[in-house]
Amino acid sequence: MPGDVSALQLVLTGDPALLAIVRLSLIVSLSAVVLAALIGIPFGAALALIQFPGRQAVIVVLNALMGLPPVVVGLAVFLALSRAGPLGSWGLLFTPKAMIIAQTVLVAPIIAALTRQTIEDLWLEYRDELTAMNVGPVGRVATLIWDARFSLVTALLAGFGRAAAEVGAIIIVGGNIDGFTRTMTTAIALETSKGDLPLAVGLGMVLIVIVIAVNALAWTARRAGERMAG
Amino acid sequence: MFTRRLLMAIAVSAVFAGSAFAQDKSILVASTTSTQDSGLFGHLLPMFKAKTGIDVKVVAQGTGQAIDTGRRGDADVLFVHAKAAEEKFLSEGFGVKRYPVMYNDFVLVGPKSDPAGIKGSKDIVAAFKALKEKGIDFISRGDKSGTHQAELNLWKVAGIDIATDKGPWYKEIGQGMGAALNTAAASNAYVLTDRATWLSFKNKGDLVIEVEGDKRLFNQYGVMLVNPAKHPNVKKEFGQQFIDWLVSTEGQKAIADFKINGEQLFYPNASDPGA
Repeated sequence: MPGDVSALQLVLTGDPALLAIVRLSLIVSLSAVVLAALIGIPFGAALALIQFPGRQAVIVVLNALMGLPPVVVGLAVFLALSRAGPLGSWGLLFTPKAMIIAQTVLVAPIIAALTRQTIEDLWLEYRDELTAMNVGPVGRVATLIWDARFSLVTALLAGFGRAAAEVGAIIIVGGNIDGFTRTMTTAIALETSKGDLPLAVGLGMVLIVIVIAVNALAWTARRAGERMAG
Repeated sequence: MFTRRLLMAIAVSAVFAGSAFAQDKSILVASTTSTQDSGLFGHLLPMFKAKTGIDVKVVAQGTGQAIDTGRRGDADVLFVHAKAAEEKFLSEGFGVKRYPVMYNDFVLVGPKSDPAGIKGSKDIVAAFKALKEKGIDFISRGDKSGTHQAELNLWKVAGIDIATDKGPWYKEIGQGMGAALNTAAASNAYVLTDRATWLSFKNKGDLVIEVEGDKRLFNQYGVMLVNPAKHPNVKKEFGQQFIDWLVSTEGQKAIADFKINGEQLFYPNASDPGA
């Protein structure tokens, strides 16, 4: 990418290299959010509803994990996926899949913790009804997740925000390989290190616009869904 | 619902693991920021791909980190610039053979105002002594990269034990060449850099070349295949094809042809066995 043209210009003219970077950023972060939701929502809901010894401690730890430093997660996933590590035979290091794994680890606690809070609040409203109807624990988890689905969009967006914004984890496990594992954030880090600050700022603006667009889309979908659900 | 999701998660991870066995025609090269940021790979790799159909994926790291990547078996080929560290890698059995590829040189850059009074000198050791005596701000990579190792070696040649003699003027940032240049430009400090990164760097600010042309600023690049006997996953045929091409007449000419603003950045010297 030549430095004398702005990043916005590159997007508007459909520069294939930049579009590939944008595409990969979205694929990695959105895949991580989906995987993290599949893990985090059931886990968070179960934690909200099921009483067991040590539950308070699990909640505190889960809330703390929302602040996991990306660079630590990156290093841990790197060590696991490296050829010299326990999962080395999978050959995933320096691939987009490794980046998805790292971001899933980062995002899952955020979605789980926010789900736990949402479901717990909702449970206070539904408790009498569900108890009277004699619904079992699995049924309670399912009912509450379904009824909280619009509120849970916020948890997903918080997770997506985290994934789309981080660079520390994916630059370690992805390697920032041109045309293969380069995302918006790693490209920004690279252009900054090349001293091309205008291009870095331009890419940053493109990233912010994309994050706003994803949020707007989710908001619209949520509103439409709410209307349909009455 | 719980179990269904669990099964899906397991299925997804199975897909992850399964695709790893699909053998694609690509190799992973761990190299240094100078070869990537200068645009050399952008110039070489399309030619190599056109000739062989092999995709070369480059992870640009400091030389120390790149060698560690090779040692762990996470790369097929290393393309780095710290001969002593490369020879150690070979002697430990992690590499097969080291091929000299090309060289350029390091330059000492600093603020135009030149508070150390060393501009135009060809004696890098005297310049380093002056920086130390006057306590002038100096940015060190501090990241075990090839450039950092070259810098440490120059302090040693100057008779300065930098580990004990460093004062507040000596700032180790632990980051790449670009970050070191950005820091020097923002704080009017001196910094040692390879010439290729310097020429392609776009945020020079007030920085200019202060010292260049000293024999001791020579910067040799070498390439090695990671030993398949240590790491069976190494794609030895494709990796060796890349190495053979780099040191071939055609590859060497491609390196010499790479220029920024008419200035040649790297000088091929694969035919010099001592390099």
